[in-house]
Amino acid sequence: MELLLPLWCVCVRVCVRLSVGESEREKDFQHNDRLLIKGAKIVNDDQSFCADIYMEDGHIKQIGENLIVPGGVKTIDAHGRMLMPGGIDVHTRFQMPDRGMTSVDDFYQGTRAALAGGTTMIIDHVVPEPGVSLLSAFEQWREWADSKSCCDYSLHVDITEWHKGVQEEMEALVKDHGVNSFLVYLAYKDVFQLTDSQVYEVFSVIRDLGAIAQVHAENGDIVAEEQRRILEQGITGPEGHVLSRPEEVEAEAVNRSVTVANQTNCPLYVTKVMSKSAADVIAQARKKGTVVYGEPITASLGTDGSHYWSKNWAKAAAFITSPPLSPDPTTPDYLSSLLSCGDLQVTGSAHCTFNTAQRAVGKDDFTLIPEGTNGTEERMSLIWDKCVVTGKMDENQFVAVTSTNAAKIFNLYPRKGRIAVGSDADLVLWDPDVTKIISAKSHNSNVEYNIFEGVEVRGAPLVVISQGKIVLEEGNLHTTEGCGRFVGRKPFSDYVYKRIKARSRLAELRGVPRGLYDGPVCDVSVTPKTMTPASSAKTSPAKQAVAGAQPVRNLHQSGFSLSGAQVDDNLPRRNTQRIVEPPGGRANITSLG
Amino acid sequence: EIAQEKEHIPPKKNDRLLVKGGRIVNDDQSFYADIYMEDGVIKQIGDNLIVPGGIKTVEANGKMVIPGGIDNHTHFQMPYRGTTTVDDFSQGSKAALAGGTTMIVDHVIPEPGSSLIEAFEQWRSWADEKTCCDYSLHVDITHWNDSVKQEVDTLLKEKGVNSFQVYMAYKDFYQMSNSELYEIFTFLGEMGGIVQVHAENGEIIAEEQARMLEMGITGPEGHVLSRPEELEAEAVFRAITIASQTNCPLYVTRVMSKSAADIISQARKKGNVVFGEPIAASLGTDGTHYWSKNWAKAASFVTSPPLSPDPTTPDYLNTLLASGDLNVTGSAHCTFSVAQKAIGKDDFTQIPEGVNGVEERMSLIWDKAVTTGKMDENMFVAVTSTNAAKILNLYPRKGRVAVGSDADLVIWDSDAVRTITAKTHNSAAEFNVFEGMELRGAPSVVICQGKLVLEDGNLHAISGVGRFIPCTPFPDFAYKRVKARKQLAILRAVPRGMYDGPVSDFSPMSRGGTPSASARTSPTKQPVRNLHHSAFSLAGNPAQRGELQQPFHLPIRLPIPCCHRKYQEPDTHTQQQSTLTHYNALHT
Repeated sequence: MELLLPLWCVCVRVCVRLSVGESEREKDFQHNDRLLIKGAKIVNDDQSFCADIYMEDGHIKQIGENLIVPGGVKTIDAHGRMLMPGGIDVHTRFQMPDRGMTSVDDFYQGTRAALAGGTTMIIDHVVPEPGVSLLSAFEQWREWADSKSCCDYSLHVDITEWHKGVQEEMEALVKDHGVNSFLVYLAYKDVFQLTDSQVYEVFSVIRDLGAIAQVHAENGDIVAEEQRRILEQGITGPEGHVLSRPEEVEAEAVNRSVTVANQTNCPLYVTKVMSKSAADVIAQARKKGTVVYGEPITASLGTDGSHYWSKNWAKAAAFITSPPLSPDPTTPDYLSSLLSCGDLQVTGSAHCTFNTAQRAVGKDDFTLIPEGTNGTEERMSLIWDKCVVTGKMDENQFVAVTSTNAAKIFNLYPRKGRIAVGSDADLVLWDPDVTKIISAKSHNSNVEYNIFEGVEVRGAPLVVISQGKIVLEEGNLHTTEGCGRFVGRKPFSDYVYKRIKARSRLAELRGVPRGLYDGPVCDVSVTPKTMTPASSAKTSPAKQAVAGAQPVRNLHQSGFSLSGAQVDDNLPRRNTQRIVEPPGGRANITSLG
Repeated sequence: EIAQEKEHIPPKKNDRLLVKGGRIVNDDQSFYADIYMEDGVIKQIGDNLIVPGGIKTVEANGKMVIPGGIDNHTHFQMPYRGTTTVDDFSQGSKAALAGGTTMIVDHVIPEPGSSLIEAFEQWRSWADEKTCCDYSLHVDITHWNDSVKQEVDTLLKEKGVNSFQVYMAYKDFYQMSNSELYEIFTFLGEMGGIVQVHAENGEIIAEEQARMLEMGITGPEGHVLSRPEELEAEAVFRAITIASQTNCPLYVTRVMSKSAADIISQARKKGNVVFGEPIAASLGTDGTHYWSKNWAKAASFVTSPPLSPDPTTPDYLNTLLASGDLNVTGSAHCTFSVAQKAIGKDDFTQIPEGVNGVEERMSLIWDKAVTTGKMDENMFVAVTSTNAAKILNLYPRKGRVAVGSDADLVIWDSDAVRTITAKTHNSAAEFNVFEGMELRGAPSVVICQGKLVLEDGNLHAISGVGRFIPCTPFPDFAYKRVKARKQLAILRAVPRGMYDGPVSDFSPMSRGGTPSASARTSPTKQPVRNLHHSAFSLAGNPAQRGELQQPFHLPIRLPIPCCHRKYQEPDTHTQQQSTLTHYNALHT
């Protein structure tokens, strides 16, 4: 929040300097900060009611009838149309670097597309290259977004490798930089993928920090095997992408991350729910009480994976994303139903667009095709069309899944995600009757293909207000590059952590008080070449991260011995096994044995 | 050779046997008939059989005559840190026969790194020397490479082994990675083997164990606390996913919890070829005993996956067994003395694992499932004998009362009631996990290889008469479906013209920010920071080599004592570079 004021000043400066269509924008500017909407049906996630709404300096100041407002403010007559909180797209990847290329929608183009679709806040993913510090990657993304973003934004940070340094950086990000969500990858073997132990440790850290664990759920080991097999069979086109990533592999990883999250009592958020099986696993886990949230994306709600078999390579490649779109054509309908009934809660777009020439990097090998689909502009209309028009959800639930739930999970509520006095003036006046046909010709993204090409959707924003200013009106976008503010998010979001806290109080474990066992003890070899499935706990002094305990052995590695005493370091870790029979014997017991 | 000689021992008088007036119970039907057997094989079934005079006749008096039980999971005479389990093949198979089980299938556990075939031969020689009933062997795959693959091939084709177990638990020891599982499943799927899996997530267990010990929980309750049933269910789910991906039949050993059983039953509903094996312990008792104040008693229940503390588990598993969602039962009989268990008296992770059950299995299932009306006697035969025989590809030689089948029979007394206790059981273990349990149903006569081994409560078992029964690959029970699916599973590429549009410039070396596929190029597991702490400045290369292993695998475990930072070389970048180069040199 401290950032708010200076940013606001910057914003004003930038607005004046950079605004598009300068003369008229400058003229409007003073008044633009005060705005009255009359005769709207205000839609929150819990209720709808008719009222006027007055906003000033980017905040909602008054809601009610017959408001007393300064003279001469700009007034919009809603004519009873729905006014709802601006959408929050919880998952974007604007301006994302990939092997020296960058996705075609940068923060300017991307947020413009978002605003055009009624989304007034995006949360982008910081993807640090393994080996690069989380903080410097975060600062890099901040810089890109601050200079270009047209709407408020926040950032998730992806954990692409795991060691003690990363843990310290996570702490810093949570405490000082307004990040409360981290994504781990169960896929992308040898690149981003973490092992189960690492995931366990990351989740433990995340829980202690009060953040949300996000997971990209696909079993990367199996995917790698399948990719090899499919390439060996001579399948190199985009259909290989989906063949090598069947939905069972997604469901498996979701199930595994749910298990680890339960074990660590860490809230879990599954990004990109793409298949029925994965959604089912989430729904079942919720019924068992797991604190888990599922995020279907525009693409999985709006289209399917049959296009991977398109004869047009460029078109087929445009659908490449991971987990892939399911070839099962009933998937979108199924996911919309789960979204409507509350089994899935949040929607994003995972907007990450690459042009055909960029995709063509993988023209001879589907594993090299850069991944990502569009959807930030289409998200709201598409959900309206698939869910509200069909009667699966009402407009309140629509607000919940497009905005409110996201704000709650990521601790932005009620500043975002609600129309209330004191909330940010990010609003959308929604026209449920307008019909449009999605096409790459008319969309605001830079990408050549739109995966929803030709889809007719009903419902669209009529007016979009971001930071108290009108950014979409009469079909015209008036966005301002760089006026988007970074919105910091605090840890321990109530919506998520109230339950977690209650559970951790209950989860205390106690040993059974017993007298010492003083019977005979069998003699065993000290360095066991064990034949039995005896546990290997001692071999992995885990949890150091969380408990801060110092595994004695690791000090060997600090290695300033002149003698080279740590030559034994390359011996298997099993040697750290607790010695059952200490050298010299364990007096009383061995004699009995 | 020993076994073959044994088969040629001339039959004695005892080898001709008539069972009169019994009700024959197979898995499909029950009917009244007499059975005549000779040379260990059933020769005739019917009424008014014409048989040689003067042969020994057993009056069944209308009692049920069922195929002898097959215990598909035992660990007799298992080596453990220089000692062995207290029940060797003789003691163990005696207990089996006393309980109505006439065939056992033991697990060969090769030490990681050693030869599978040598281990197999070792087990063969132990078992041939001592076993009192027929047996087969599963071989556990405890490590994986090309030579192991070769050995698995040999075992399948020449040695009569068709089932192999892999472990998803026991981290850094037996545990297989997902990729290894995929390769093993693929291979066995092609060769006609059955993959058995010990399903628990070993990585999480290791973390939980460390946490328990840190909290000061060192007793047997720590065992079950560190292995919650979710971890079992998770691993079952993962194994099923891989099996489904590789089109390989899957057999889950030791189904211990409701969650794990649920996953299996859901997978079967989705069409997966998967079999679940609850064991005597999970069907008969629960994990509340881990909290017993008597350490020795609590420790005697230690097995993995652990018994579930949820007391409704046994009933639930019996129901799924009755409904066909679970198919086979074993005992996982693996008994240690209290002194052996006491190896872990200060640390539950050191307690040798295993429970008894080979003797109690049949009675227990009868009592829990048949007397309660969950299953009928035919289903009882299916889950105690027939299904196992089918999966092992021994059907109908084993698992059925039919002309030509082996004369392994049990006359079952459904009214007998006995109380289980360590005082009277045939195992050498001091504790019995079913102590004090009153069970209805017991064998009154057991016939093994056509010979009476249990009669009037007296056991006449003979060590060393047990034959090794080779199992052949591609059991119909599992593979008919798998074969059909293979024919459907052929993938085809989309025929497209060549893409001839523009292609972006990109740097193939750096897989930068994007989650793009499986780049083998990227230097993931090279935590740059950690290299700072690797102090290989003055010492020589050996240390350096030692350093390299650790940080790549478990970077988090490296302590970062801040004070050490001052020892960093000023030019850390160069240092990293050299290390990376070194790493690449080692690994390419």
